[in-house]
Amino acid sequence: MTSNVTIRIQDADFDVAREIAALTASRTDIGAVVTFSGICRGQENLSGSGDATTALTLEHYPGMAEAEIARHAEEAMTRWPLTGLTIVHRVGRILPGENIMVVLTASAHRQAAFQAAEFLMDYLKAHAPFWKREETAGGSNWIAAKTDDDDAAARWDKN
Amino acid sequence: MKVVYFAWVRERIGKSEETVEPPAAVRTVGDLIGWLSTRGDEYAYAFETPKVIRAAIDHTHVRPDTVIAGAREIAFFPPMTGG
Repeated sequence: MTSNVTIRIQDADFDVAREIAALTASRTDIGAVVTFSGICRGQENLSGSGDATTALTLEHYPGMAEAEIARHAEEAMTRWPLTGLTIVHRVGRILPGENIMVVLTASAHRQAAFQAAEFLMDYLKAHAPFWKREETAGGSNWIAAKTDDDDAAARWDKN
Repeated sequence: MKVVYFAWVRERIGKSEETVEPPAAVRTVGDLIGWLSTRGDEYAYAFETPKVIRAAIDHTHVRPDTVIAGAREIAFFPPMTGG
């Protein structure tokens, strides 16, 4: 079983369809690709001030962010029979409607792809060193972490 | 040792990185937070609620009781909000 792992952190926006095409190109062993696409939302703001979000700015810890994503990607590859995995996470200023990140998991069958995508998202939310700062008409604020995200990651821990 | 700060920890302290030489009694990550907090109002503000502060040594998450001896780079930051 070959597996194709791509991890990128970048300022530029990306095209989810192109990422899927790159993952599946020249492959006949992939029966399922699950996509989690995280998109910047403009209608409701996350810091509770009542104003709409006009932009997000993503900060990251260079070096550690790549290492944490790679560590979780390796764990996903060992826990599920994945044939490919792509994770792209943007940093810098992101406008409503633009992509923030994408996780693509490929497998022969859907169950592994669904589970691995959910595992990766839960873990990356709780452990990958990225921080969102939100801009609204009223100013800008760091977004507070949700304790739900820690709980979501903990449910995958092996006892 | 090199200390780096991110997000609102960085903003409150007013710098993204610095080199510090804590006294020998500062053994753990939690000790280092306590010692840094005494260095000025900006540090006291950044570390006013130590339990929300997350730390990493050489790009690996660590807990407050982790010993800092041998660390090349220690990072302090708020809970993460990526994804």
